[in-house]
Amino acid sequence: MPAFEWRWAAFSAAVAIAVAMSPGALAQSKYDTGASDTEIKIGNIMPYSGPASAYGVIGRTEAAYFNKINAEGGINGRKINFISYDDGYSPPKTVEQARKLVESDEVLLIFNSLGTPPNSAIQKYMNAKKVPQLFVATGATKWNDPKDFPWTMGWQPNYQSESRIYAKYMLKNHPSGKIAVLYQNDDYGKDYLKGLKDGLGAKASSMIVAEESYETTEPTIDSHIVTLKASGADIFFNVTTPKFAAQAIRKVAEIGWKPVHFLNNVSVSIGSVMKPAGFENDQGIISSAYLKDPTDPQWKDDAGMKEWNAFLDKYFPDANRSDINVVYGYTVAQGLVHVLKACGNDLTRANVMKQAANIRDLELGMFLPGVKVNTSPTDFAPISQLQLERFKGDSWERFGDVISSDVGG
Amino acid sequence: MSAAVEEVVTEAPAVEAVPKRAMTLGTGTSLTVLALLVVAPLFVKNFIIFQMTMLLVYGLAVLALNILTGGSGQFSLGQSAFYAIGAYTSAILMEQYNVNYVLTLPVSGALCFAAGFLFGQPALRLSGVYLALATFALATAMPQLLKLNFLEPWTGGVQGLVVTKPDAPFGLPMSQDMWLYYFTLVITIAIYIASVNLLRSRSGRAFMAIRDNEIAASAMGIDVALYKTLAFGVSAGITGVAGSLGAIVVQFVAPDSYTITLAIALFLGMVVGGVGWLPGSIVGSAFIIFVPNIAESISKGLSGAVFGVLLFLVIFAVPHGARQVAIVCQQALAKYKRR
Repeated sequence: MPAFEWRWAAFSAAVAIAVAMSPGALAQSKYDTGASDTEIKIGNIMPYSGPASAYGVIGRTEAAYFNKINAEGGINGRKINFISYDDGYSPPKTVEQARKLVESDEVLLIFNSLGTPPNSAIQKYMNAKKVPQLFVATGATKWNDPKDFPWTMGWQPNYQSESRIYAKYMLKNHPSGKIAVLYQNDDYGKDYLKGLKDGLGAKASSMIVAEESYETTEPTIDSHIVTLKASGADIFFNVTTPKFAAQAIRKVAEIGWKPVHFLNNVSVSIGSVMKPAGFENDQGIISSAYLKDPTDPQWKDDAGMKEWNAFLDKYFPDANRSDINVVYGYTVAQGLVHVLKACGNDLTRANVMKQAANIRDLELGMFLPGVKVNTSPTDFAPISQLQLERFKGDSWERFGDVISSDVGG
Repeated sequence: MSAAVEEVVTEAPAVEAVPKRAMTLGTGTSLTVLALLVVAPLFVKNFIIFQMTMLLVYGLAVLALNILTGGSGQFSLGQSAFYAIGAYTSAILMEQYNVNYVLTLPVSGALCFAAGFLFGQPALRLSGVYLALATFALATAMPQLLKLNFLEPWTGGVQGLVVTKPDAPFGLPMSQDMWLYYFTLVITIAIYIASVNLLRSRSGRAFMAIRDNEIAASAMGIDVALYKTLAFGVSAGITGVAGSLGAIVVQFVAPDSYTITLAIALFLGMVVGGVGWLPGSIVGSAFIIFVPNIAESISKGLSGAVFGVLLFLVIFAVPHGARQVAIVCQQALAKYKRR
């Protein structure tokens, strides 16, 4: 009888496969590689090691948030399988990891990969493979380019549009000001500088009297501040990351320079910048934001903040709650969940991009009131709103309206 | 001068002397490895082919360092700089001047040979750890030099350059990845054979004589200064070719790709593969590509620490790297044959 049994087994297996393959059995669900009735595979690449490892917490927050989603039943009954790899902020490694995710792990999409050089390295590959490179974690301007790169989409307000908002403010309130700029010597710093120059337009060359750049490897930037003061500038545009921002604020006060001080949104954290710099030195600094700062006392009883805290208590208890990156990771993960929900049972890569390019007035708990996500097939810059704020007492005081500024790539 | 000479005499050799026959593999083993490298890509996914290509590229860079350190006894932590020059040369020629990718390789090689030869001149006055520090300076300076404003029209500044991946020529029915793999393989084998021959030649013997004892070498009539700089030049030239291939395979160059981390990785690869043992280069290259991935799969948060532990274990168990493993295997095999 063994021969008969063999044949019977083969027959039933064939029937089972045929049933599984027939479209009718799947209740009209459509899938690309990486999605099924039970699971959605999401890839992610983060610098868990190397010079930018401080950002690794974003990946950990996202993993925690997807755990929460899975514990609550998943997205339309499908669990998220979040595969996150380390690239150490090295572009060749990013290419290797992206190819591993797409070709070996077979993910549906790569989500929130971090850094401008790493994302630049894989952009062409992702678009050739037609795999979404969704909500990249960088503020460079070039991600908003749906015509040439229809599979790549940014997330946060880009550096250039933020700079333009300050430029607009300077032109209106200090039209005869003399501007000194301190910036980090990389793509991030140069993007801000370009935004400022573009925003000032023809007056850029006459208004900007001094530019100083620093390297992240420098232990202190004191000498740059002294040079900038000597230029006689009365406006200081401070394009620095948190550690250097605190140093700069202190030094400016120490040498008795009293410029109108603009600080980039990268370093607005009260816990890691404003407090270490000394509140007495912070008064009157102007910046902008789109997220609620968890260390800002004005949000103590806010509903969105409470929800965020409850999430951290349960799913990420060892998170550093003064780290704005934890807020960032939480918010962008919510953005992805919104898109995947909108996809319904059509989990194809094309539909993911279609839904991602069709977000209307999405408000999330940790956004400042009035900030909304908006995309369209010609606008791949999801968040392009910021609000100006001025430091007063021990927190930021927002002023003016929420300002939109889109810059295409 | 005499003080320096005395120091050289009393100093223990920085690199252990490796007899030149022990620098290569036997013919049978070489052919087996070659056959594996040729056949393997036919059975694996494109992603694995890509990894194998990177294995060859880094293997080439480690080989170059091996000629310098294992051959002529000079240290370098600046290989990433030559790798970067090679990568940028190819990227700029291909993207800005539409030069065929094959033609960019000799240009990179020649340019890097010149750069290495010139850098070797001041480096002549230094030895041991001092030379390592001088080359270290080169590696830390390179990413910043690439960001310089006046070079931006060519280098793309901090944004880097995207490189177009070449198709297989003559309408060959293979994917881009597979074509690049075989292309890289041919170049790697050519350079490997050339390197083996170089080390067996008169120049190679001169390198090794300098490594073992500079004074004895000069007494034998070897132009120490010339051969030391020559070793630097050859090593830089091969590294440059590896950089070019790396740029074409990865399709992207940016200053962040060529930091000191890369130089240290290459150094690590050489030590793990066995200093002075050329076939070990490929083993060392495998170590620097795959072990970080293994470390990451063990613990994401502590991947660096896990990598450190693995590295420590390797250095502790087999201080002479893959060469030691190969020798042990060879002896076991010989014993088995005799029985």
